[in-house]
Amino acid sequence: MGYELLGAEILTAVIGLLVLVMGLLFSENSKGTAAGIAIPGLLAVLVWVALNFHHQAVFFGGVYQIDSYGSFFKMLFLTAALLIFFMSGKYSEAFGDRGGEWYSFIIFATMGMMVMACSGDLITLYVGLEVMTVSFYILSAYLIKDVLSAEAGLKYLIMGALSSAVLLFGMSLIYAVTGSTVFTAIGETLRTAEGVQPALVAGIILLVAGFGFKISVVPFHMWVPDIYQGAPTPVTAYLAVASKAAAFAALVRVFRIALPLDQFNWTLVLALLAAVTMVVGNLIALVQQNLKRLLAYSSIAQAGYILVGLVANNAYGLKGVLFYAMVYVFANVGAFAVATAVEVDTGSTEIKAASGLGQRSPLLAAVMTACLLSLAGIPPLAGFPGKFYLFSGAVQAGYLWLAFLGLVMSMISVYYYLNVARVMYTEASQKETPLTLQLQARLAILACLLGTVIMGLYPAPLSRLAETAIRPLF
Amino acid sequence: MNGFPILSIALFAPLVGALLIAFLPRGGGRTIKWIAAAVTFVSLVLSIKVLVGYSFSQGGMQFIESVPWVADLGVRYALGVDGISLPLLLLTNLIGFSAVFASWQVEERGKEFFILLLILITGVMGTFVATDLFIFFLFYEVVVIPIYLLVIMFGSSKRVTKEYAGMKLTIYLLIGSAALLVGLIALFIKAKGLLGFPSLDIATLAGLQYPVPFQVFVFSLMVFGFGTLISMFPFHAWSPDGYAGAPTAVSMIHAGVLKKIGGYGLIRIGLFILPIGARYVAPVIAVLAIVNVVYAAMICLSQKDLKYIVGYSSVSHMGYVLIGFAALNLISINGAVMMMFAHGVMAALFFAMIGNLYYKSHCRNVDDFGGLAHQMPRLATGFMLAGLASLGLPGTVNFIGEFTIFVGAFRVYRSLSIIAIMGIVLTAVYILRALGAVLFGTRREEWDHLQDLQGLEMVPLLVLGGVILVVGILPFLIMNPINSGVGQLLASVGLMQMGGNF
Repeated sequence: MGYELLGAEILTAVIGLLVLVMGLLFSENSKGTAAGIAIPGLLAVLVWVALNFHHQAVFFGGVYQIDSYGSFFKMLFLTAALLIFFMSGKYSEAFGDRGGEWYSFIIFATMGMMVMACSGDLITLYVGLEVMTVSFYILSAYLIKDVLSAEAGLKYLIMGALSSAVLLFGMSLIYAVTGSTVFTAIGETLRTAEGVQPALVAGIILLVAGFGFKISVVPFHMWVPDIYQGAPTPVTAYLAVASKAAAFAALVRVFRIALPLDQFNWTLVLALLAAVTMVVGNLIALVQQNLKRLLAYSSIAQAGYILVGLVANNAYGLKGVLFYAMVYVFANVGAFAVATAVEVDTGSTEIKAASGLGQRSPLLAAVMTACLLSLAGIPPLAGFPGKFYLFSGAVQAGYLWLAFLGLVMSMISVYYYLNVARVMYTEASQKETPLTLQLQARLAILACLLGTVIMGLYPAPLSRLAETAIRPLF
Repeated sequence: MNGFPILSIALFAPLVGALLIAFLPRGGGRTIKWIAAAVTFVSLVLSIKVLVGYSFSQGGMQFIESVPWVADLGVRYALGVDGISLPLLLLTNLIGFSAVFASWQVEERGKEFFILLLILITGVMGTFVATDLFIFFLFYEVVVIPIYLLVIMFGSSKRVTKEYAGMKLTIYLLIGSAALLVGLIALFIKAKGLLGFPSLDIATLAGLQYPVPFQVFVFSLMVFGFGTLISMFPFHAWSPDGYAGAPTAVSMIHAGVLKKIGGYGLIRIGLFILPIGARYVAPVIAVLAIVNVVYAAMICLSQKDLKYIVGYSSVSHMGYVLIGFAALNLISINGAVMMMFAHGVMAALFFAMIGNLYYKSHCRNVDDFGGLAHQMPRLATGFMLAGLASLGLPGTVNFIGEFTIFVGAFRVYRSLSIIAIMGIVLTAVYILRALGAVLFGTRREEWDHLQDLQGLEMVPLLVLGGVILVVGILPFLIMNPINSGVGQLLASVGLMQMGGNF
């Protein structure tokens, strides 16, 4: 068996451990050491995955799948992790002497996500999910002296444990009905089975609820605002983009291979969930005063849009899921990066703290505006082709009303996104001095801006990549 | 594609200017404005060159550029012009060029102002030269955000705050565009089913036969989207507030060309692709158009603020365009396109003059002025030229537009046309009343300090005023392309015969 195909996962785990150990050995400069290993290390893994993008292999009778679909998501997680490392910049000084370990937890979370994206079996999926989630429990509470952060960690622990239990229960029911935990075997059994057993229905509902928690679909979204607000801002950014993408990666694979959507007519249920998520997320976001809470509700709404792609369950829709997840990384990390810079400078995460940013730092204000508008799906930014794919898929699948609702809600979302722009450009700032950035953070912000603009103007390369990536699912 | 990508250069010249300005050091002052003037001048010259170089004997789309863009959506970066887009392309650049000079007094945050303005001009131009729906829509939405930022940063708060005006305008246009996008996606998916391969090329989409209910449905969505943009009743409320809050250049571009994207879209996309849908929905448009004409004109009678008068009057005038469209015959649609051109030039001139006056006096209220022609004869000339064009005086370009529309529409909507023609009388009443109160009468001492237009301030007056008169006297300059463009479009949808008797 070609274990070298597991190189990405193995390398990531090794880098994580190395960072942890080195951080202890060179404890006086743990942060520098950790960054020195983590950033080139993850870059190397990213290159590795990109080079082996088309490799395909099945391990242990379908338990673990190496394919282009998994590779796409691995690239997404690694890109996100690298952007987070860069953008955290000065913020990580707040972590004190635990600045080094911070890198290793992010890397372990990344590894968990990679396992989720590639798992072909319920148990493996669960293991990956827990590796990711446990890392995030720690990361959310990383500013332990900060009440909000400690509270966020605790809340996430309780809610996360609950959702894991729900997910596990769902998995066990599916196992009980089908007698297997391997996706392909489950799919095979269900295709030949007659009728739908109630236990299976209960299992799928619990599974959706468990995943719904991770991707923050209404009504499983209650944890999101508090935890996004309390967790350290770079962690929030990573939680928002990567953990959501990982859950989507697993969800799509489960519904394409193990529990084929067309067989049960589940799409209507998912469509309703998506609709409620888009409406609730956007409407509550309209009245937020805190930037992180605003982004939290916006990320709930974004989950609704992405779910539309799964509802569509066709080439355009699934391509949309992948495409959108990728552009969402750049747009959301960009927005959080600016929020981080503002927080470092002013100590506040309120929207008001960004007032006058248009004069203090035209670059930051421009990046914030561009990233938020990309989230809203305004061309020529990357969110627009993403939404075009998602909603084309929905229309093709006969969900015209869902596309209509989604597009109207995205236009409504422009209101709160532009409200941030208004504060940045028209309100007088408390500080007059220009806001300067560390080189690393500046690089991350420029990468987000360029990614958002280029993928919007010329979406063809990413769309081809997404097209290759979804092939294993058909 | 033959060699020289003239349309792309015209299209991206302002964007290049915006990039140059972005990299200038802080406080570039004069340089910024000259760069903006230079790049808009390049676009203007190129669009005139395109107009001159367009071959009528050949007809159809010319100066075509086409590059595959997104394969699996069938998107091509495709540009081209025909007789309908030519006048509007020219209009965009005339107004864009004038708008730069109308904003010459912008000093504070000039960098942001001109960057956004140039992006805006590129966006508007793009909608008129794109022959691919995706690219069209891309440019269409590009314009909305710079406008919002320009309004909130540089606008003025009078009756409503500029923040309110900007957001109202943005949300109206975006909700309209959401409907439009749904229609577009539905069209795309339907066409993919019929064709077997994805395509968003407008001409390809127009070559298909869609079922009638589908046509009516999608066309209705487009009427909602484009109707919002062209300020069709009852989706017009954003327009007066938006213009009042916006800085001069934005009012000029918005009233001058942006609204015309609505009319252009209805013809180029709605009618061309979905002719039967257009036929079913046209009577509704005609009725709403009359409400536009009369209702908005009535509101104008009671306005005190100059910008609101022109704002509502532009809503009223768009009613003419809509009724011209709704009559669906060659003459009436010719008139509608001509009217779009005419109204664009006129409204831009009007807003340029108001902007200049407001900058100098900080006042826009009709009652506060009087006898300004004594102090500012050149400004008064501009006002009168725009005002007389607005009421459709023969000799101005607007007369050509209105006359053609009514000749075409009268055959189809007899009583509605008669009501609409009454609108001209109302226009004369409110325009002459307002201009009389502002410009004529006894000299008022408190305005003696106002300086007349001079130097570069004359550019908008000369350019736009010149076009009003030249095209008014030699209408064939613009009418020939329009006639060829509309004629070919109608011939290809086969509406020429049935338009009259529906």
